[in-house]
Amino acid sequence: MKIITVEACYAVVGLYLFVLAGRIAGEREHPRRWGSALFWVLLGVTFIGAKILPPTLVGYLVVAMVVLAATGQVTRGASHEASREERLGHAERLKNRIFWPALLIPATAAVGTLVLGELHYGEVWLVEPKQVTLIALSLGAMLALIAAMRTTGASVGTASREGSRLLQTLGWSLILPQMLAALGGIFAKAGVGEVVAGLVAQAVPTGVPWVAVVAYCAGMALFTMVMGNAFAAFAVITGGIGLPFIVILHGGNPAIMAAIGMLSGYCGTLLTPMAANFNLVPAMLLELDDKHAVIKAQVPLALVIFAANVILMMVLVYRF
Amino acid sequence: MIKLIGVALIAAGFALRLNTLLVVLAAGLATGFAAGFSLNEIMAMIGKYFSDNRAMTLPIVLMLPVVGLLERYGLKERAEVLIRRSKAATAGRVILLYTAVRQISISLGVSIGGHAGAVRPLVAPMAEAAARGRGVELSAASVVSIRAHAAAGENIGNFFGEDIFIAVGAILLMKGFFDAQGMNVSVWAMALWGIPTAFIAFGAMWWRCRLLDRRIEQAAADEQKAGGGQ
Repeated sequence: MKIITVEACYAVVGLYLFVLAGRIAGEREHPRRWGSALFWVLLGVTFIGAKILPPTLVGYLVVAMVVLAATGQVTRGASHEASREERLGHAERLKNRIFWPALLIPATAAVGTLVLGELHYGEVWLVEPKQVTLIALSLGAMLALIAAMRTTGASVGTASREGSRLLQTLGWSLILPQMLAALGGIFAKAGVGEVVAGLVAQAVPTGVPWVAVVAYCAGMALFTMVMGNAFAAFAVITGGIGLPFIVILHGGNPAIMAAIGMLSGYCGTLLTPMAANFNLVPAMLLELDDKHAVIKAQVPLALVIFAANVILMMVLVYRF
Repeated sequence: MIKLIGVALIAAGFALRLNTLLVVLAAGLATGFAAGFSLNEIMAMIGKYFSDNRAMTLPIVLMLPVVGLLERYGLKERAEVLIRRSKAATAGRVILLYTAVRQISISLGVSIGGHAGAVRPLVAPMAEAAARGRGVELSAASVVSIRAHAAAGENIGNFFGEDIFIAVGAILLMKGFFDAQGMNVSVWAMALWGIPTAFIAFGAMWWRCRLLDRRIEQAAADEQKAGGGQ
């Protein structure tokens, strides 16, 4: 038995999304208040009901959200951002106290990750040990919210209004990471990876040891770009190229191959809009007009690190 | 080969800048049908994977009320005041310092930071303030570049620190893969061989941050020259 489960954290998210939807529905000057409110209600339902509703129904709810987004129903309301003078005034008054709530999130997450998973009385666990990172982060965010309201003297209403202002800045792109993860899942089920691995293995002379290394690293990076996720690429590309050629045919070291192969995949993550949570959502969070600005900044980094990975693997994998 | 239709749709849709959600849904449907699944089977897959990946959205939603509230009460403005007091601070150095903290902490198994929790409220405003503190007016392009590099620092620190810690997803996934193949590969060895790349990634970030600082200075110098001619 676990007292705090990750499902409870998802339920909190769902309830907050309902509050947000209620706020939007009540905004008379919001250009698309019903469509936007419906979008956030549907998202809240998928968060709370994921373990209760049949997956097929959740799938159709997701489609409804996509349709609302694609038809321009999910827009921002008029934003009532505090003026810079007002913010400067608060900054002058609060001084460094304003940082404490912000630092409470990482502090709680760090301590929670190390401690919470160990706390149990017989079979009664305080938190789900497998989900301790996520639960600690959620608790940190909630504690920080309480601390922030105490420090600033703001009301719950102000907190929910400021949160909804930022959520509406993100808009429908908030669900893009989950949507792309679903696409990655379908690709995996459909066997897209086997086709890609087969094409690479056929197209290049993997009988030469260093060529096998290049093919494997490039396969990891490219397929990660397609999937948006290096984990999904790992099993497919390692099973299709790495294991049969580098390890079995040429006698390479599997630990070195796997470690550097995964890191080559991460170079692909840096380059792809498919990895929306790392690349597109931050651009929205930072209010950049160019959605691909983060990827553009990462291109030189990814290329340099990738080249280094290929060289490292060539030098190391057949030597140890 | 027909199964690759989804990949082609994604590439075309992104290139034509169609609504991304719609493109992704279309690619999912096309790939599912090409592989012989029925509509309801595809919907069930979308529903299952969408639910399984709620962890991607959770930190952002829970973080935003705190971040929004603190921003309203002057978090960014205070961060700017603090950073201006430091003479050595530049945009690149702020971002590089954050990258180091992120990479070291996650290599010890502690995940702190994040785009919503740290980059937007603290790192990006501090980096911008550090650049402004040198007495220059930042161009719009410089602001975009600073923010984008702050996000890149978060990603680099996160990705290339994580694989050194053995209890983390990536290492366990690799271990699980080899176990399923009947091969015994040590998690310690896999963590160890991630270290060289971790150093190279940090070095690459150092290079980009230095370049970022130089470009900001260059842009400011050009501005001054153009202004002086009038």
